[in-house]
Amino acid sequence: MARITAGIGTSHVPAIGAAIDNGRTGDTYWAPVFEGYEFVKGWIKDNTPDVVILVFNDHASALMLDIVPTFAIGFAEEFLPADEGWGRRPVPTVYNHNDLAAHVAEQLVIDEFDITIINEMDVDHGCTVPLSLVFGQPTEWPCKVIPLAVNVTQFPTPSGERCWKLGEAIRNAVKTFPEDLNVQIWGTGGMSHQLQGTRAGLINAEFDNRFLDLLAHEPEELATLTRLDYLREAGSEGIELIMWLIMRAALGYGVEELHRFYRVPASNTAVGHVVYEARS
Amino acid sequence: MTRARLYSLEELEDIPGTLVFTARRSRQGYHLHKFCMSLMQEDNRTAFRADERAYLDRYKMTEEQKLAVLARDLTRLIELGGNMYFLVKIASTDGWSAQKAVSSMSGMSAEEYGQMMIDGGRSPDGLRSKRDQPKEDRH
Repeated sequence: MARITAGIGTSHVPAIGAAIDNGRTGDTYWAPVFEGYEFVKGWIKDNTPDVVILVFNDHASALMLDIVPTFAIGFAEEFLPADEGWGRRPVPTVYNHNDLAAHVAEQLVIDEFDITIINEMDVDHGCTVPLSLVFGQPTEWPCKVIPLAVNVTQFPTPSGERCWKLGEAIRNAVKTFPEDLNVQIWGTGGMSHQLQGTRAGLINAEFDNRFLDLLAHEPEELATLTRLDYLREAGSEGIELIMWLIMRAALGYGVEELHRFYRVPASNTAVGHVVYEARS
Repeated sequence: MTRARLYSLEELEDIPGTLVFTARRSRQGYHLHKFCMSLMQEDNRTAFRADERAYLDRYKMTEEQKLAVLARDLTRLIELGGNMYFLVKIASTDGWSAQKAVSSMSGMSAEEYGQMMIDGGRSPDGLRSKRDQPKEDRH
């Protein structure tokens, strides 16, 4: 049987990808950010999963213009890194686990999540920056990746509560897949940031740290935060944090927090990162 | 049965200096965003750089949107339905960092803004609701 063994939460700031691609991880500005990822880079070597279900949002690279799916799952065999205006990132192609993706989609619909199927998609920094942060710069990603895209850009976005329930449904779906697979779920985006207007540059360290405090052991407290709460407290783009709730819910009741990191800033954004091991 | 909303839609308009990207605004920005997404191809970036106005005229954008693109006025583009995830493709085409692009809306220079971020970013205090703001600053 397949099982979800661990979860990773991380910001997916595009400038972090650029720093990696341009060999600037040792710069004074960037070194303290990358130090926060030393743990996971070591840990993943002994805990490489067969598949990562990678929850991210597309930043108007493949979705969001003509079609705005609330929840969507990647179904192609492979996904190229997107050209977001400065050429494709020099990172490996992402390869899907199509059988698990098909099973998850089937089960989610049974569970009343009418998920959109994506048969063609380039993946942008939301998907590739977390892979770089965790796996470094290999010639191929060491596992299969199922991209799961959430609309956190155009209102109405899903609520945090709905994301929590999706995470629970993903957990149940993976558990019923007959093949013996080690699956991780990653929740990406955030933490607090705002990329528009006179409130640009907003960072709310108190909110972010409270979010991290509760996420491990009292996540039900977070499921009641409204979308308006995220906008007010964490900035218009800080609402990406609802994707971390999908990750946490998919891990089940008990987790062990193996690592936690928080740092301001990376470009416009507060960087948060956790590694959880499933306990139940 | 219809479930009750947890907050009124009007409250989305209550955050200072913030235009929440609603479905209405998305529609207003649709052709602007079609242009932005076209910049994900090098051939199109080259054509845009060669003659910005002629390139913009290929799209069914409003004249106001075209002028704001030519002026790189991101504040105005957001008022005209734009969303930063689309607009940042213009900045990338120009070789601007996302931070420089965002700073251009903040009322600060790129250097001042960068320093503010290094110092911990902009505090949300007083910026959660227009009700928290001194009257003359409300808009």
